[in-house]
Order: sequence, then structure tokens, then C-alpha cells
Amino acid sequence: MAEWLSISDVRKKISESSAEEVTAAYLETIGQSRINGYTCTYDGALEMAKQADKGEGEGLLAGVPIAIKDNISTKGLATTCSSKILEGYVPPYDAHVIERLKAEGAVILGKTNMDEFAMGTSTESSCYGVTMNPWDLERVPGGSSGGSAAVVAAGEAPISLGSDTGGSVRCPAAFCGVVGLKPTYGAVSRYGLISYANSLEQIGPMATCVGDIATVMDVIGGYDPRDSTSINREISYRDALVDDVKGLKVGVPEEYFGEGVDGGVEKAVWDAISKYEEMGATWEKVSMPNTKYALAAYYTIAMSEASSNLARFDGTRYGPRNDGENWHVMASRTRAEYFGKEVQRRVLLGTYALSAGYQDKYYLKALKVRTLVKQDFEKALSNVDVLMGPTMPMPAFRIGEKIEDPLSLYLTDVNTVPMNLAGVPCISVPCGLSDGLPVGLQIIGKQFDEATIIRSAYAFEQNTDHNKARPAEVI
Amino acid sequence: MVYDNPDGVMIGLEVHVQLNKLNTKMFCGCSTKYHDAEPNTHVCPVCLGLPGALPVINRKSVEAAMKIGLALNCEIVEQTQFHRKNYYYPDLPKGFQTTQYDFPIVSGGKVVIEGEDGEHVVRITRAHMEEDPGRLMHMGTIEKSKGTLIDYNRSGMSLIEIVSEPDMRSPKEARRYLDKLRNILEYLDVFDGSLEGSMRVDSNVSIMGGQRVEVKNISSHKGAERAILFEIMRQKNLLRRGGKVVLETRHFDEARGVTISMRTKEEEHDYRYFPEPDLVPMRVSDWGPAIQESLPELPDTKRERFISQYGITGMHAKALTSDIRVADFFEIVASKADPRAAGTWVADVLRGELNYRNLAITSFTTEDIIEIIGLVVEEKITEKSAVDVIRTILDVGGSPMDVVKEKGLLKVEGDIVTQAVSESIVENEEAVQDYLGGTEKSLNFLVGQVMKKTKGRADARQARELLIAALKD
Amino acid sequence: MITKDEVEHVGWLARIEIDDADAEDYAVKLSSVLDYFGQLDEVDTEGVEPTYHVADVMNIFREDVVTPSLDQKDVLANTAAEKDGYIKAPRII
Repeated sequence: MAEWLSISDVRKKISESSAEEVTAAYLETIGQSRINGYTCTYDGALEMAKQADKGEGEGLLAGVPIAIKDNISTKGLATTCSSKILEGYVPPYDAHVIERLKAEGAVILGKTNMDEFAMGTSTESSCYGVTMNPWDLERVPGGSSGGSAAVVAAGEAPISLGSDTGGSVRCPAAFCGVVGLKPTYGAVSRYGLISYANSLEQIGPMATCVGDIATVMDVIGGYDPRDSTSINREISYRDALVDDVKGLKVGVPEEYFGEGVDGGVEKAVWDAISKYEEMGATWEKVSMPNTKYALAAYYTIAMSEASSNLARFDGTRYGPRNDGENWHVMASRTRAEYFGKEVQRRVLLGTYALSAGYQDKYYLKALKVRTLVKQDFEKALSNVDVLMGPTMPMPAFRIGEKIEDPLSLYLTDVNTVPMNLAGVPCISVPCGLSDGLPVGLQIIGKQFDEATIIRSAYAFEQNTDHNKARPAEVI
Repeated sequence: MVYDNPDGVMIGLEVHVQLNKLNTKMFCGCSTKYHDAEPNTHVCPVCLGLPGALPVINRKSVEAAMKIGLALNCEIVEQTQFHRKNYYYPDLPKGFQTTQYDFPIVSGGKVVIEGEDGEHVVRITRAHMEEDPGRLMHMGTIEKSKGTLIDYNRSGMSLIEIVSEPDMRSPKEARRYLDKLRNILEYLDVFDGSLEGSMRVDSNVSIMGGQRVEVKNISSHKGAERAILFEIMRQKNLLRRGGKVVLETRHFDEARGVTISMRTKEEEHDYRYFPEPDLVPMRVSDWGPAIQESLPELPDTKRERFISQYGITGMHAKALTSDIRVADFFEIVASKADPRAAGTWVADVLRGELNYRNLAITSFTTEDIIEIIGLVVEEKITEKSAVDVIRTILDVGGSPMDVVKEKGLLKVEGDIVTQAVSESIVENEEAVQDYLGGTEKSLNFLVGQVMKKTKGRADARQARELLIAALKD
Repeated sequence: MITKDEVEHVGWLARIEIDDADAEDYAVKLSSVLDYFGQLDEVDTEGVEPTYHVADVMNIFREDVVTPSLDQKDVLANTAAEKDGYIKAPRII
């Protein structure tokens, strides 16, 4: 029977039985799942668990099962970005984060469903079909790391990894009522993460509690010489788990409560801010005037980079291939057939935005606006310690509700993309329900100041009951 | 004499140089020693373009690029970075080439070549770093191929693209420029020009009254000369017939010696350059002084030094410095043998024999030539025998002394010859009388007798002179 | 408004085959997004430098030391067609 377990709960179970039994129990739960959160399970999982049992608890995550988003390369385990174009692709190498997890004894349960190539906010564009939100099976789990959030919320994994290009960890964390962190750009190596928009994205952990986020960050964070954008800093994330926000200065950007924010969401977030005040923090309104342009800048940059990042999928070295009288026609037909519609749209738009005559108008302009957005953060965060607001302007929407209108779907990312443009760390923690659906509070910090947002989130979790709420799928 | 360039020929070259002397590729740790390897054995997730793999710049590639720039008298840029050049081709595993765009690592240099009318300056526009694509093999000809076979071993090799101004005025000047460039690059020890595909050339050719035509796919210096010659003739004929030379890209078919138009849909490009997000900018101009300091002596400087230090002729010095391996070889020889003799023997004789056999200087050892020169200088063998020894070593093998002994080339001692002369005079009274009586032919008979007595080791000319002297008395 | 011809041209640049019927649909959907992107024109970016990298990092290099390559069988494991150690693809032109 599915239940929410933290890492320490899992370790306790392991000490009472074995890692193998714990893993087997998770695999059984996954087998009975109704949410379609996994794209595949790993047939070596039990073997990894046995190894962990032999290792007698060595490693920060010894024997602890974890679910991995399907865009993170796992040696010997299919990695498809939930796209037909990578059907059957098995990487011959592990991503840096996978190497780190293995080194700390973690057990890989399987790969989780996502929007194709991480392009989406609902997990509906997956070639494996949508993942259902454990709180309401008719609703989306958010995206693009919908599978990673949903399996944690459904008790099908205690922790998971997602990736966040414009909110892809935080959005599903908010929709599924779990905790999700997008680290500072450069805090976690991207080596092995299949790029969507490489100047924006980071791998981030998802878990049932803030403490587990810190533990996973201690495992996956840190310098990797194989990623030139990885930053060499020693950070202990678990040291930040302190239940104390006295004197914390919170900034609340009014732009994050703009038009179209759901009333229940707004209330839950303001209640949370009041709670901080109660806990000894102070808050003030701050202004982030370029927020309204962040979305257009974000999508322009993301699609431009994507058009180039996805060029390698041409049917030659991996994935399926269509016929054609020459290589170029083969590539064009392969890409037309095996990329989904949303991916094709973004690749076409990105190609257009970079093309001769348009690059200055779109791509370059977007990068200048990015500078202004980044300056908004620098300015705001020079006066306050953290920023807070709703992660998503609404709770999980219904499956099919927005899929036909790409632009309406893009607009839901309004509160999550500015942080990727600025490279700042941010965390989404559950802060209540709106009509029975989870709401996420987003806490944003300065670059490489994960410590402050983790401490803020931890203190909130320790002093509220929001993280006790469980979806119907879970006991 | 001033070259008047009657057709207004302007040639600019883009030369792609593979930094094949580095240990690893440009963005990954794969070995560069793939030339004799099985296909697809020198690749990793990075140079195979596997999803998720990321590049990291090889420090030595950047240093080598700066070395080359400084050797070509270029300026080093303050800040630079890599860009993506987006286009689709099966040899390009990522669907883009990582290259440089608006801020090449070095720019604004020059190379002096021996032009149509003496020293001629070719200006260098820029040189930038980029990665080599994989290698394609067409199953059949490119137009009628049944398919393409791809080997990614070459993918990700460091390339430096050196772009010249259109300063060359004839195919010969283009060839000389390429030879000079190769020479300089080999001096810098960043490049081995003898490896296949290590230097590839695109050529821009225009003549008066026409537009510029780019000729691609030239893989040798000789090929460049031929391609450019063909292209000039083609353009001249076209204009003569009232046609127009239009801006286009043509492909050089080495086997047929012709250039072919490449105007197909596949060739339409919009490269959509943008900065590579996976790599960070470089500020390396402060490496310049140390690299400048470490630059080896370059060909022109070395030539001057050879003349003054060794007292050899300008012609010899030029020949000896036109290839770093020859220059190094000569210096070893000159340190142990008479330098002037070394100049003659290495520059003229040995190089001639090697060129005739299409062999590199590495096919001969310095020890052997030092020994041979020694034998000549000490008059132990004749010059003619020395040439024979060199040829025999090249064709059959063996050491100089082995060859000399085997062939009996050692000149015999003077007194043995003198004795043979005396004996011959005593024993051939009749021939002596005939000679003294005016029959010149008889002297030849006596020389023959001397040679017989010395078993051919005597120098015939010396024997003749000794006989004449003895018979005068 | 992006035209059908432009859609087809961009489709070719991006190597995505687009038939006539799809081109219409793309023209409409892409135009609405591009219109939205057009709001960037409102922003005054005079004198603003573009941000390519959020981290202020420079000069990241690797030493010239050989690391192991993949086995040939792993290189070929994921391709649709191979021949004698090569990856096989249709002809170029």
C-alpha cells in the first residue's frame, strides 16, 4: 500500500528489513499504479538494493529508492525524454547526478514521465500519454517533470529528480503538493541532462519534505569538470535545516499576484506570508517591473536554444529513422514523424527567432530583456533575504483544458520563468489547498544562497501542517 | 620586375589545419591518434553528440591557436567565445558545429611568400578555432551513391581555420602560400602535415569582370594549384563567351581535376550563429607574452641564421629551412661535420635523392650522412662513390661502411697507387714508348694496368696524373 | 503574421517536413506566439547588454589528457543502420 515516506522513514524500514524488501515494495506499488507516472522501471533496481544491503548502510542514500526524470541519462536504462524520436535509446553513460546517486548507494526505481523534451506545463505532450495528478485523476500533475512529482505524491518513490527550465520542477511540485527545488544555475552539473534550453535549466530534487531536498542536494550538488557552467563551491545543504526565521526579511513582488491568479491560491500564499510574520520574519512589498516581459523573453530564448539543441535528433546515430531519397529528406521526415507537435512548434519558432533578419528582433532582444529581469532580482534581493509568491497562479487544471491553445499554456508559467532567466535558486513548498488541490509557495533567493530558502522552507514546514495533507491515492 | 597580373586574378584561401599533435580532441578527452584505427573507436558521448553530453575546451587547443596567430603576426583578441553554427549534415553529430564567429581568437596578420615578382605579402584576415566533423564515405560517387558510411573518429578534432585576404595572384602563389603555411605550422610543433586530411583548403577565386567563386573540398597543395588554375580558366572562358561569373560555391573533383557547381537545396544555408551556452567566454590575451616567448625560431629567421652561422649559401639555407625536419637534421649534421659540406650534401644531394624516391628526411639517419661526409672530406671515397653509397642505403639498406666495403669504394692509399704506377711503367715498356712517341691511347692502357693492380680502388684520374708525372721524368 | 512560405522555409531550415495543409495551421499558431513575443518591442533596451550566461564565469578549460573512448559496439548500439563498423545513412544529395 502506497504511503509517504521520507528518507529517514525509508532508512528505518531498511534497518528493520532490507533495502531489497523496501525496493520490492515500491516496485509492487508502481505495478499497481493508476497515475502513469513512470515510463519504465529499472530491472536492475533489486540488484542495486542488494548491493546496498551488502554495503551495510554506507552512503548518504544507501538503499534509498529514487525516481529519475526521463531526460537524465542512465547507463543501460532507456532515456527517451518521453519522445518517440528517442524510442529505444539506451545511453552508454550515466549523467553526473546518476554517478553521484550511485556513489551514495541510491537505488534507481525507474524513469518518470514528462512533457516531451521538457516542453510543457502539464505532462500531456508525453508520447506515453499524460500522467494523472494523484489528488484528482482528471487533472494534470503539472510539468514538465509531472511524473517525478506525481510518483512522490502517490507514494511510488520517496524522492525523485526532475529538471527545471522554466518551472518544470516547481510547477508539478506545487500541483502535486510536494517539495521541489530549482538550484542556482551551475549548482548541479548538467552533464547527462538532455538539453532543452541549456542556459536556463537545472536538475532539481523533489521530495515529501524539505529535509530530503537538502539531503539529495548534498548528493547531487557540487562541481563537475565535465560541465563548463558548473560552479566550484562547497555548500552543505543539510546545515541549512534550521527552524528559525527570526529577522528574515521577505520581499513580496506584487507582480506575482497579477491578473488571473486564483483566489484560493492567493489566500493560501498570503496566509503563508502571515505565518512567517508570526514566526518572526518581516515582509515588504517589492517591485519587479520587468516581470511582465519575462515570459516572452523566456520562451524566445528557450525555443531558440531548443531549435539548436534538438538538431542532433536526425535519425542517424540513435532513435528510429524514416525513409527518404537522401539524408536530408530522411532527417526531415524522421523529425516530422517522431517529434510531437509541441516540440515541432518550438523548434520552428526557435529556428525563426534565430534566423537571418529576425535574430536581433527576437533572440537578441530577449537576451537584453533577460538582463533587465536579472537586474530586478539583484535589486530586490539587495534589500530582502528572500522573495515569496505563488509558484503557480492556479491549482492543477483539467487534462485537455489547455492543450489545444499553446499560448494559454505558456501563460501559466508566468511566475516560474523569471528565476530561470536570472539563474536564482527557488523552492516550492506546499502551503495549503484550494478547492482540495495543493497550492505551492515559492521562495526565491540570491544566487548560491540555497541555504536561506531551504531554511525558510524548513521552518515553514516545521511550524505548519500543510505537509501532512495527502492525496486520495495514498494512505 | 613587377608582376602585372593581366587577368586581375584575386585568390583568397581558407585553410583548415588539424591540430593533430595534441593528445586529445578539442572538447573531449578522446585521443587524436585515430588515423590507423577502426571506424568509430575514438569517440565518446561528447564527440558523438550523444544527448546530454557537454563540451569542455582543451587548454592546449587555445594555446596552439594563439601560437599560430602570433607566428602569423596576428593580434590576440581581448575576449572571445565559441558559437554554434547551425546546419544539418550527417558528419555533424550535434546538428551544429562549435566554432567562432564575431570574435576570432586572432586576427590581422601576414605571411611573406616568394611571389611572382619577389617577396610578396599575403595578409591574414583572421584565424579561429573550430571542431572537425566526422568523415563520410560515399558508397559510389557523391551524386549516385547508394548510401553514406560515417566514421566519427575525426569528429571533434581541433581545427584552426586560417583565412587570408585575396592577395594571391596566381595558382603558383597560392601553392607557395600553402607551402609556407604548412612549414610555419610544423615549426610550431602543433601539426603534422603528413597525416591524411590534416590540412584542407577552400579557395575564393575571382578575375576581373566577375564575382567571387568559392571552391571547396581541396585536400592537397597540388590540388589547390590545379583547382585554382581550372577555375581561372573556366571563368576566363565564361567571360570571353559573354557569360557572367556569379557568386557560387563549387566542389573540386580531384580525380577529374574540375570544379562542379553545388547549387542544390541542401546547400542553402542560414547558419543562425549564436553563442554556445554550454561554454563560457575566454579572456586569454594575457597568455600572449608567455606564448610569444615560447615561440620557436621560425623559417625566415632560421634561414638567416644558417647563412651567418654555417656560412652556407642562401639557396642552401632556404632549401634546408623549408621543412623543420630537414632543418633539424641539417643542424645535427653541421654540428659534427664540415658545415658547408653538410649544406651541400643535405640540401642538394640527399634531398634530391629523397625527393626522387618520394621519401621524407626521416628515411635517412644523421649518423649515416655524417659518416659519408666524413669519408668524402677525408678523401677516403670519391664524391661519386658517396652518391652511390646514399642511393644504396636508400634502396637496399646497410650502413655506409658496409656499402663502401661491399662495393670496394674505399680509395687506396697513395703509395699503393704510386707503386702500381711504377710497376706498370716497368712492366709495359712498349706502351711507355708508344706514349712517349705521341700515342695518347697508350696512356689509357697504362691507367687500366694501374686499376687492375689496385683492384679498381684507385681513383682513375689520380692514376692518370701520377702516370703522366712519372713519365715526364 | 508569418506566411505559409515562411513556414515551409523554416521547416526546411529545421529539417521538419511540413505538408501544405499543416503549413496553414502552423502559420496561424506560430503567428499568435510571435505576436506575443512582439511585446518585447515595448521594452526599452537601449544600452542594455544581452545576458548569455547568468554566471559570471570565464576561462574554463580541460587539460590535454586522454580519457577512454566508448567501445565501438556501444557507439553502434543505438543506430538504425550500421555496416563494417560505420554508421550507415542514406546518400547526401
